[in-house]
Amino acid sequence: MEEVKLMKGNEAMAEAAIRAGVDAYFGYPITPQSEVIEYLMHEEPFKRTGMQVLQAESEIAAINMVYGAAACGKKAMTSSSSPGISLKLEGISYMAGSELPCLIANVMRGGPGLGTIQPGQSDYSQAVKGGGHGDYRLIVLAPSTVQEMADFVDLGFELAFKYRNPVMILSDGAIGQMMEKVILPDQKERLSNEEVIKRYGSWATTGKPETRSRNIITSLDLKPERQELHNIHLQEKYKTAEINEVRYEEIQCEDADYILVAYGTSARISQKVVKLGRDKGLKLGLLRPITLWPFPKNIISKLADKAKGFLSVEMSSGQMIEDVQLAVEGKAPVAHFGRMGGMIPTPSEVLDAVEKEINKI
Amino acid sequence: MTTAVITPEEIIKKGKIVFKKTGLMNDATLSYCPGCGHGVAHRLVMEVIDEMGIGQDTIGVAPVGCSVLAYEFMNVDMQQAAHGRAPAVATGIKRVFPEKYVFTYQGDGDLAAIGTSETIHACNRGENIVIIFINNGIYGMTGGQMAPTTLQGMKSSTSPYGRVVETMGHPLKITEMVATLPGVAYATRQAVHKAKLVTKTKKALIKAFENQRDNKGTSIVEIVSNCNSGWKMTPVESNKWLDENMLTYFPLGDIKK
Repeated sequence: MEEVKLMKGNEAMAEAAIRAGVDAYFGYPITPQSEVIEYLMHEEPFKRTGMQVLQAESEIAAINMVYGAAACGKKAMTSSSSPGISLKLEGISYMAGSELPCLIANVMRGGPGLGTIQPGQSDYSQAVKGGGHGDYRLIVLAPSTVQEMADFVDLGFELAFKYRNPVMILSDGAIGQMMEKVILPDQKERLSNEEVIKRYGSWATTGKPETRSRNIITSLDLKPERQELHNIHLQEKYKTAEINEVRYEEIQCEDADYILVAYGTSARISQKVVKLGRDKGLKLGLLRPITLWPFPKNIISKLADKAKGFLSVEMSSGQMIEDVQLAVEGKAPVAHFGRMGGMIPTPSEVLDAVEKEINKI
Repeated sequence: MTTAVITPEEIIKKGKIVFKKTGLMNDATLSYCPGCGHGVAHRLVMEVIDEMGIGQDTIGVAPVGCSVLAYEFMNVDMQQAAHGRAPAVATGIKRVFPEKYVFTYQGDGDLAAIGTSETIHACNRGENIVIIFINNGIYGMTGGQMAPTTLQGMKSSTSPYGRVVETMGHPLKITEMVATLPGVAYATRQAVHKAKLVTKTKKALIKAFENQRDNKGTSIVEIVSNCNSGWKMTPVESNKWLDENMLTYFPLGDIKK
């Protein structure tokens, strides 16, 4: 039977992790996402499903614990907020290089540096362009509701294991902290050790039986010829993900003259802007990327054939706008509206910005 | 004068074997410098795991440093960890596979400099793992820079006039430090540059893995080793120097048992 609850985004994600059959969560407290580990410690999932929860000594330790568990073929995740994600990037790069599946949630706050504890979206480039060292990609999911905070845990792990690659949920302090109705997913069984060996024994370090050669998890290859081949393999994998995994939502784009592009909290606000604009007779539409990588460039390119202009709405100085511009390919003007440092834009100020841009066309 | 001649048949006769190739060591050529202690330490770890019959249930963690390629030589499932992070990686493994044997193999830069936090906190949680710590007082892999365990006055490429403790800090006795933690079941310091010490080190490793089997908490086995290349000595000179200098500051024996 459907279980409906009123929950914070962070709590919904934590509960969804238990229900997704996650084997281990490793984390370190940081505002505005500490509710994730608090909820898990309170729920004691080790009693419910056997899921392990551990408060690490640092974000660095937490991501490396994820590395160790993921390399065993287990479902492992961590969560943090912007400054903590910066610390995790070393481990994320190693996991991408070693092709390890895992889920990392970034409940973004404003930066740079210690910045603020209020919501932000200024880690877009860090999340979708790599962030850590080396040529790698994360599959990045951007929830805009508490429901999606819950739903993207299972989806995230599905994609992580499908591509043997880290997946990031890129949320923000508003989605993490606000309470909404959420339909909780059904409880999935955690995989038994036998099932883990059956599914992932070809690569995971599950203990070497005599029937196979040893499994090694490493991102190192001192021979450049082989390291290049490994990189080519990674790039081919990313290309496959770019073809298969693009997700987005179109809101009133069919007849739109002017299109807003926004994700997460900015998408929630932009949805209101579309309504306010339409009430005034402006044909506005919203394209909401659900996967920030792979970015929904084909649909934006298609929309650019008709639309007279685009506005990238972000709680940053303008990071996603670069991807929107690349997708639009100069077919229409692309502008940016954003607030920074933890400030959340109001629908009316976004609408003002839209009207200004429309007047320029 | 007559010379006793031993035929090959006599040598391999059952019951006469005093040493054989370790089952869990691969045939790969070791990447270590001739004279280095890593080879003996590798062999001992694999010998202990082999003799305990736990190879199928063991997952090892290789560090960054000279032993970054340890997974090439050890015939068990292995993970390579980021610099210093091996105890956190081992924690992740042990938490999802509590029934497996998990060990880290780390050098002094990895364990006692960049990984100090991971080392101390894994020990403080009493993670049921074995930490094998090779202390040769220098960064070998990167070409002989100063390590946290470099002795006072000892020359390295980043302390070319000798380590000055007033500005560079004192050599760190991290095994003594973690021995104070309740989570640590066993902390010992051994060496492998003499046959007698090799036997002792093996005993220490057996005890460490038995502790893990019996869920006793963290066991750390420090092995004071040489680095003839980094110390710019011949292997023989380096072993003598180790005996006369390293072991004075880092005395051998059990620190906690």
